[in-house]
Amino acid sequence: MRYVDEYRDAGKARALAASIASLCEPGRRYKFMEVCGGHTHTIYKHGLEDYLPENVTLVHGPGCPVCVIPMGRVDDAIHIASQPGVIMTSFGDMMRVPGGDGSFFDAKAAGADIRMVYSPLDALKIARQNPDRRVVFMAIGFETTAPSTAMTLMRAAATGQDNFSVFGNHVTIIPAIKAILDSPDLRLDGFIGPGHVSTVIGCRPYDFIAREYGKPLVVAGFEPLDILQSVHMLLTQLAEGRSEVENQYGRVVPWDGNLKALQVINETMELRPYFEWRGLGFISHSALRLRGSFAAHDAERIFQIPGSRVADPKACQCGEVLKGVLKPWECKVFGTACTPETPIGTCMVSSEGACAAYYNFGRFTRERVREATR
Amino acid sequence: MCLGIPGEIVTISQDQPDLAMVDVSGVRRKINIGLLEGEPLDPGDWILIHVGFALSKIDEAEAKAALEFLESIGQAYADEIDALRESRIE
Amino acid sequence: MKDERLLIKEEQVLERIERARRRKARLREEAITLAHGSGGKASRTLVEAVFLEAFGNPVLAPLDDAARLSVDGANLAFTTDSYVVSPLFFPGGDIGDLAVNGTVNDLAVSGAEPLHLSAGFILEEGFAVDDLRRITASMRRAADAAGVTIVTGDTKVVERGKGDGCYINTAGVGVLRRPPTRDVRPGDAILVTGPIGEHGVTIMLARGELDIEADLPSDTAPLNGLLESLAPFAVRRMRDATRGGVATVLNEIATDHGLAVVVEEAAIPVRPVVRGACELLGIDPMYVACEGRAVVVVAGEDREGALAALRAHPLGADAAVIGQIKDDPPGLVLLKTAFGGTRIVDLLVGDPLPRIC
Repeated sequence: MRYVDEYRDAGKARALAASIASLCEPGRRYKFMEVCGGHTHTIYKHGLEDYLPENVTLVHGPGCPVCVIPMGRVDDAIHIASQPGVIMTSFGDMMRVPGGDGSFFDAKAAGADIRMVYSPLDALKIARQNPDRRVVFMAIGFETTAPSTAMTLMRAAATGQDNFSVFGNHVTIIPAIKAILDSPDLRLDGFIGPGHVSTVIGCRPYDFIAREYGKPLVVAGFEPLDILQSVHMLLTQLAEGRSEVENQYGRVVPWDGNLKALQVINETMELRPYFEWRGLGFISHSALRLRGSFAAHDAERIFQIPGSRVADPKACQCGEVLKGVLKPWECKVFGTACTPETPIGTCMVSSEGACAAYYNFGRFTRERVREATR
Repeated sequence: MCLGIPGEIVTISQDQPDLAMVDVSGVRRKINIGLLEGEPLDPGDWILIHVGFALSKIDEAEAKAALEFLESIGQAYADEIDALRESRIE
Repeated sequence: MKDERLLIKEEQVLERIERARRRKARLREEAITLAHGSGGKASRTLVEAVFLEAFGNPVLAPLDDAARLSVDGANLAFTTDSYVVSPLFFPGGDIGDLAVNGTVNDLAVSGAEPLHLSAGFILEEGFAVDDLRRITASMRRAADAAGVTIVTGDTKVVERGKGDGCYINTAGVGVLRRPPTRDVRPGDAILVTGPIGEHGVTIMLARGELDIEADLPSDTAPLNGLLESLAPFAVRRMRDATRGGVATVLNEIATDHGLAVVVEEAAIPVRPVVRGACELLGIDPMYVACEGRAVVVVAGEDREGALAALRAHPLGADAAVIGQIKDDPPGLVLLKTAFGGTRIVDLLVGDPLPRIC
């Protein structure tokens, strides 16, 4: 596969790994946070950490837009799905996320018409094909996905598809990163920046991280060599005493982002004053809602949603795990009350959540695994 | 939010210029290229696909540069291994 | 000092997880969900908590692809499978092909010569007779190709809306000729008879909701002829890789024998078009269903011979050695990635779901 396989080459990985090791100051420990769930997935899928020296740790941040949706919003979505005549459409990621009272899968078992789609345009198509049903699209994701929702909304408005609406749960990345940076117990040396979000917002929004907080950030692609190269670039910056935003993913990410994408988001959506993030609490201006001009397609206005707030269980320490302060196994309920089959907080909900990933993959030390695969 | 796959444009619809047929390793799907309005797109170009939309046109020059950087590290590493090997022959 | 205490604590947590994993899983749900039918953890829990609970007996207990029976001195294998695929007709075959081949394969991987099948039909009111003729014609063709006969059957009709057109159950009986010895040990080689993930991807695309086209047929095929070519070799286990894919079968082998399964990603055959579809949707081909592929464990010294024998057969042209059995870590499936790293391949809870993250 072009533009994919070249960045999975083991030979180049070994060379990069050697170079990375040589860039490390002896005795110094490095902690880099990768913000995006996709990066976490790549790291686990390819066993990338085997290439990192002992003193370089990758910490998984709050980059899973599905996992951070508060339980109350999942309940609201299920409430909408349970209304007569409604077809709820959603990406696969949402299907197993537990709300206060079960997941989409559970609601489906109880009779709600919930269908998985690959694209919001597919949801619009379902609306066209079912004029007597009300079709709702569960919009999730960071700025990467918001433009697609926006384009679909515009198409719905232009074609008068009145039975189509969107339940907006898009979140924005910068406030989440800022929440991490403002965390008192945090000790990070740099960030591996979200490659696909940056395709939309560009690289400039991260300037404040390098300038005001003095942490280098490298916008990274999603193949394993992309991430290794980004670690290389971060270590190089640190070795040279620099703190800048760099773009490793130049083949896809334009420095200025995608103007048209930003325009369509702006035309259809606006920032909410605040939004609750599962495990992180309320963060201001961190999420999007539909503008008044698109009220006819706003599920939040069309349906009377309970707007229930389900507090994170007291035992949940997702906040600290997300901020990289606690390791998954240091959480009081990890592996006992909170497991992938019975997840409590966001970190266990998605298979890429730091805790789920550790539960499934981390339970044998790298030593033992490496021994067995020699 | 992060899953984006490179795909090659096969055809661009005449009557629906917003849509392109894109190929990923033999798998084909119509992709909305509306977010790349203003960018010249032709069959043979590669784009990044996310939830049925093209988010970006892949820059071949940048891709080449990235690979060259990786090659150079590889070369430096290979050189070091050679140097190490040679230094052992005493 | 602090580091040591943390290390000990981490060890304790990991051990606690291990204990929890070894305990029998509890069925928490009060209603059946789709996950219970996907072949992953949820399916297993349902089988253990409900079916084994109710039926429990030594013949059932191994939960293998077929039951081994000894009846008046004859050693038989007996199995059943139900087919609820939608759409009924897809590239490479239809529900009829699956219904025959699936049951033939369950017998074949048990080391039995498949002989006779039953076929039970649950038809929905309004289902086209022409479609039924198409399906039964496929079944006849598939049975002939596999060398089996359909000797008994049943038909029920349910009201419109209470069935997906046509559901089929087939049961099969065969003579146990060379049951795999089941004495899996470190050093044994693991083979797969062909490229993985084809059936599952074909069905996903055939449903039409994804609007994705590809030149890909289902891999449904009868494996009895192919697997007979392994007669000269020390075959320890054979498993039909259906729902849950190769990953599920490998996990079951690892836990059945308390050994480690170590496989090389680069050695696992996957067609480019399957890879492309899986990358696009964000799913892992290892968990995607096959309908004409077997995973075989043979003695290490028989690795080359078994591979050559499989490859000599048209259905095994792309067979490959994908890994080996080791003793540690027990019960786990480890994957050496093409990138050169390692990861654990765990059981999924339910079906692999397309993702955008």
